[in-house]
Parts: sequence; structure tokens; C-alpha cells
Amino acid sequence: MSATQPEPAVAAAPTANPLFPFVLQLADTSLILAHRLSEWCGHGPVLEQDLALANIALDLLGEARSYYQYAAELEGRGRTEDDLAYLRSAVEYRNPLLVEQPNGDFAYTIVRQFLFDNFHYQLLKGLKDGPDTQLAAIAEKSLKEAAYHLKWSSEWMIRLGDGTPESRQRLDKAIATLWRFSGELTTPTAAETNLQELGLVPDYAALLPAMQAHTAHVLAEATVPVPEGVFAQQGGKSGRHSEHLGYLLTELQYMQRTYPGLTW
Amino acid sequence: MNNSEWPLWEVFIRSKQGLDHKHVGSLHAADAAMAVQNARDVYTRRLEGVSIWVVESKHIHASNPDEAAEFFDPAADKVYRHPTFYDVPDSIKHM
Repeated sequence: MSATQPEPAVAAAPTANPLFPFVLQLADTSLILAHRLSEWCGHGPVLEQDLALANIALDLLGEARSYYQYAAELEGRGRTEDDLAYLRSAVEYRNPLLVEQPNGDFAYTIVRQFLFDNFHYQLLKGLKDGPDTQLAAIAEKSLKEAAYHLKWSSEWMIRLGDGTPESRQRLDKAIATLWRFSGELTTPTAAETNLQELGLVPDYAALLPAMQAHTAHVLAEATVPVPEGVFAQQGGKSGRHSEHLGYLLTELQYMQRTYPGLTW
Repeated sequence: MNNSEWPLWEVFIRSKQGLDHKHVGSLHAADAAMAVQNARDVYTRRLEGVSIWVVESKHIHASNPDEAAEFFDPAADKVYRHPTFYDVPDSIKHM
């Protein structure tokens, strides 16, 4: 269907601003995780955590909007934040595989969140001091939220790991399944390496020591051994996604696809 | 009591302008640390406060509503207990 429309050809043309794909990647990452977390709304294990999950989802959605607005501006082709969020196909999405993974049980959601928060927090700290003022401003605003997210998911890692035999068994299973998606976060794509060399994006290798120290601290408290030598599954940041993303986008984009141009 | 249920906590929030923590409601949590976090997520979503106190509900001892009459009504006709029957000299400021 899209082959008959001129739009994809335009979108595939090289963009002038090298920051555009990176900002779009940040936007997609926050949006997809926000959507996953919003799926918990009304289904949380207890009312208090239902709200906590929804709060985090809304924080990430707000952050995603800032990135999409900035990305639209960087692209300068007249696309809006809504066009970027609602009218791109799964292969055009640039989020890492981790954030599109299904919620599973509460332990899955916590492990996914912990792995993301640990990276997100350090990334924002780096971006906050970066040379791009708009990106730095978004990072500074989001950093406080990310700090709380990391505190929340870290506490739950400890509670589930050092909790009951059942919570421990569920946490172990989630770690065994999801840890392989953590490596992609800090493995730069060619585009990211280029931006890192230009000094626009923090060097991920420099973020790792703080991330690893936090992981070691939290897992020690949780009495869980730190997984070692885990294969790093890649692909999302290059548009090679798991089948889960298509289903997610079908739901996320349903309104705009069915009623184009619909507004509240 | 069902042991799989987390204990109940009462939440007190101090607003930005306020000097006192006011009771805002209750929630369930496994321990004090979780209760403070849950209170943050449940009761401070709209800038309600800058400080949170939580106390496990079982530690609060209340007066008995059935005894309200003998507890509180006798104070009703003792207006002389209010410090409003003194002539304040003009030289006393800020009263």
C-alpha cells in the first residue's frame, strides 16, 4: 500500500541534521516503553503499584513528546510529532529490542524497567551536559523522573530477589529471558558512533562503569548473582524488531490509522 | 486477618506552604520504605506536598465515637477557657 504513496521515498532521503535519527531513536524508545507500561493500567498487582506504573508511563510519554517535537523540527520536512509517532511502520522504529518486550508478569516488567532505567539515567546525565542545548534541556527535565524510576525499579529488584521463593523464582526467570537485551542499549550503531565522535552523544563505554556498579550493588542486595557472558541480542536500533512491535504499534496507532487526522 | 495482605498505613503530607503534615488517606505497603514510595505515587501526583510521613495504622489509637458526648460536649459551655477576656494594653503590639 505504501509503495503507491510518495511519502516513504521522501523519508528515505538522507537528512541534513545527523542528530535527527538519534533523537527519533530516543523518542521511539520512550514511547514504546511508555505504551508497554500503560498496558498495566487497571491490571497492576495492587492499586499502589498500578499507579506507580502509570506514573512512569506518563513520565516517559512526556519525554517522548519532547523528543518527537524536536525531531520534527530537526527534520524540517513539515512532519509533526504525531506523524512521527503514529504514521511510521515497525521497521522505521528505532527503539532497542528491550523496551518492546511484552510485560509478562510483574517480575518481567521490573527487570525490563531496571535494565532500561539504569542506562536511561546515565544517558540523561551525559546528555544534560552535552553541546546541543535543546537535547540538554530535555535531558535535564527528564533526569529527575529517571532518577525516581531507577530507585523504584531497583527497590523492586531487591524485594523480588530477596523476597519469597516464588518471587525469587519469577525474578530469576525474567533475568534469564531479558538480560540478553541489555547489551544493545550500550552498543553504539554506526550512526551513534558518528555522533559520539562529533561529541554530540555521550560515549557509552564511559557510562558502563557507573551502570555496572549500580547493577552489582542492587543484585548483591537482592542476593542474585550478576549474569555473566550473556549474549547481546541486537537489532531494534537498526529497525530489525521482534514480532512484538508490530502488535504493539497496531494498538498504539489504531486511532490515527483508522481516523486520519483525528484530534481530541 | 489475611497474612497475604500488606498492612495498612496512614499517610500525612506537608504542602509547600504548610507547616504541619495533614492526613490525606491510607494505603497498603509491605514496610515503611515501600509505604513512603507508594505515598509519593498515590498522593503527590498533583504537587500536593514536599514532605511525607507514614505510620502503620495499627499504631494509631483513637477516641471512641460512643464516648463523644462525655469526651467533648462538656467543653461547649466553658467559653471562659478562651483567652479573650483580657484588655490588651495599647503598648502591646503584634497580638
